[in-house]
Amino acid sequence: MNFDDTPQEAEFRSLARKWIDANAPKQYEAELSKSSLGRIRLEKEDIVDVGKAWQKKKAEGGWACLHWPKEYGGRGASPIEKVIWQQEEGVYGKLTQPFQIGEGMCGPTVMAFGSEEHKRHYLPKLASGEHIWCQLFSEPAGGSDVAGLRTRAEKQGDNWIVNGQKIWTSGAHYSDYGLLITRTDPNVPKHKGLTMFFLDMKSKGVEVRPIKQANGMQEFNEVYFTDVVIPDSQRLGAVGDGWNVSLTTLMNERMSIGSRLATGFPEMFEFCSNLMTDDGLAIDDPATRSKLANWAVKASGLKYTSYRAISSLSKGERPGPENSIGKLVSGSMLQDIATYAMDLQGAAGALTGADEEMARGQFQQMLLSSPSMRIAGGTDEILRNIIAERVLGLPGDIRVDKDVPFNKIPTKGRG
Amino acid sequence: MNFDFSDEQKQMRDAARKFLTEKCPPKAVREVLDGKAPYDKELWKGLAEMGFLGVAIPEQFGGAGAGHLELCVIAEEMGRANAPVPFSSTVYLAAEALLLAGSDAQKQKWLPKIASGEAIGTLALFEGKGNPSPKAIKLQASGGTLNGVKRPVPDGAIADFAVVAARTGSTGRDSDISLFLVDLKAGGVEAKPLTNIDPTRGQAEFTFTKAKAEPLGAADDGWSILTQVLDRAAVLLAFEQVGGSDRALEMGRDYALDRIAFGRPIGSFQAVKHMLADMYVSATLARSNCYYGAWALSTNASELPEAAAAARISATQAFQHCSKNNIQVHGGMGFTWEFDCHMYYRRANASALTLGSLSYWEDQLIDRMRKKNAA
Repeated sequence: MNFDDTPQEAEFRSLARKWIDANAPKQYEAELSKSSLGRIRLEKEDIVDVGKAWQKKKAEGGWACLHWPKEYGGRGASPIEKVIWQQEEGVYGKLTQPFQIGEGMCGPTVMAFGSEEHKRHYLPKLASGEHIWCQLFSEPAGGSDVAGLRTRAEKQGDNWIVNGQKIWTSGAHYSDYGLLITRTDPNVPKHKGLTMFFLDMKSKGVEVRPIKQANGMQEFNEVYFTDVVIPDSQRLGAVGDGWNVSLTTLMNERMSIGSRLATGFPEMFEFCSNLMTDDGLAIDDPATRSKLANWAVKASGLKYTSYRAISSLSKGERPGPENSIGKLVSGSMLQDIATYAMDLQGAAGALTGADEEMARGQFQQMLLSSPSMRIAGGTDEILRNIIAERVLGLPGDIRVDKDVPFNKIPTKGRG
Repeated sequence: MNFDFSDEQKQMRDAARKFLTEKCPPKAVREVLDGKAPYDKELWKGLAEMGFLGVAIPEQFGGAGAGHLELCVIAEEMGRANAPVPFSSTVYLAAEALLLAGSDAQKQKWLPKIASGEAIGTLALFEGKGNPSPKAIKLQASGGTLNGVKRPVPDGAIADFAVVAARTGSTGRDSDISLFLVDLKAGGVEAKPLTNIDPTRGQAEFTFTKAKAEPLGAADDGWSILTQVLDRAAVLLAFEQVGGSDRALEMGRDYALDRIAFGRPIGSFQAVKHMLADMYVSATLARSNCYYGAWALSTNASELPEAAAAARISATQAFQHCSKNNIQVHGGMGFTWEFDCHMYYRRANASALTLGSLSYWEDQLIDRMRKKNAA
């Protein structure tokens, strides 16, 4: 049992470290180190422009989409090398946020289901950041129940005509391409009538509108489709096989080993260590200490769980299911920590000004943003289902709509 | 990074599981639970023969000379089987204290007997309610004898020797405390069994009356040694707790798969599934914290105090959580004496207190994290 690299890993790490040291945009290091939760912003520059420049440099140096094959713009690296790269890339990894959906979900789907011509044409540009991709799955009527989506695609000659609406699309406003799942047959049960496409986001009839979120920010979009034409050649997988194709995409979403999820604990520990209350330092209060200790062991438990997964990768094994707990634990933790940090501030805890003497408003922002962490990428409830079914082997839910044609499924709860 | 047990260590875990599945079925645990025996003597003998009692004891003192990582995997299996033997008191507390602070002669006298199963040892620390603290130790040592009362002492009624924390000064500092080694068969100590929530792991009261005692470790160094012993025992017991958590989770999962209500397996109801998923989460967090504790213990790292506290808290929470919800999944049947659920519930809640309670370790963890940050 040790935390050491193998000789090959150490060599790879040193290579990566040297390259990053020589090439990273160090002028942003301090600013990137500060931002911990939610979308990253830079004071004077657009994060997408800075990100694109960094991604391009990485691609030229052979450090983009490391685990992809070389012919598609990657490096042909092993999973553990990818993890080592992420560790070394450190805060600069935050600059890759606009490309993560492309690299983690859209790219792998195109790789699995696209033609060779498509792969050679689209993937290298995705890898180098020249093209940004988004994922068009969720709909107002289909969130956790993605297969309940209603966006229609109808065949017309060699084309498909798409009408409908998607929601919660990160980065749609700056994306060049999108991965789109549609309903092509409403007369069969819901999982059987879906088909996957990719499309040019500049296509006629595509309209992107920002959503104002509960925290007041605008980070996601709604995307409307009105008679959008997609050539049949841009179909991924067979007609009616879109659900299986989407499983490839979503499986990749959950393969986020090594990427550290924010828990809020380091910020909270620092805050309590410095906050003077009428009765002394907050960290000297028994109730606060007990809460801190509970969060501490969750944070360390997550950290060492990811170390266990990394160790499996290092040995060339598939990591076990234990990594599936990450988001479930960290999402609630952020929310609980934010709530308690504000409790410690008393009535002033409600104030949001960034110049407040206490904690620069970071916990107030955490409070307002944290509900999304328990929803995006699988709600807490879906994640518990996944653990219960795939890890513990419990039976799936009884699905009342499973064998019903999609257009016969009720659409309203009352009336 | 290789943050995992080696193949050999995993083989040892498998061997321990196989042995305990055979020699320590719930029926055997119930013999002790029902008061028919103070502990499972046959099992104790078998554990000695398998080399498990002395796995971390050096060969020169009659052990297998393997190490603490090997002891961790065995501890996990002892917890999983809910083994009704004085393993934690003898191996985690008494043997560790001897290894840390014993003279050559003391080690030579007791460690081979621990490894061979001839001697049961324990640590006599507490004097009534409260958590580990030098202030709470009143038992007096003078002129090589001890006078006073210790309670509760784990496995005290069946122990052959004890490491005893005693007061040798009155300055109000940690250095007022010294450790002593007492041969319980030499007279001067009366051991009275006490009833407790987990009869498979006995507790006793010791009354010392001019009991002969020899110093263990340097005089006045007792509290510092004791702190180290408790940290080591915390990691090892945490592995037992993780083993127990996993077993309780499995029992709940299996029952949820088999039990039909409202025309379907109860494991298909989300209320039940989510309860089991949450049990998996706490057991997984605990296991990962324990691995870090195992690493710190086996390398004697400076991180051990913090790692031990984290493992202890996480594993205590997980075992309490899993064992109580295992009963909940079982419904009414889980509350019968006949079903095994309550054995794990008892063990979980007794283990939660035996080295100092959860709130004590929470306090320790924050203290230790602050010290590290200040350094």
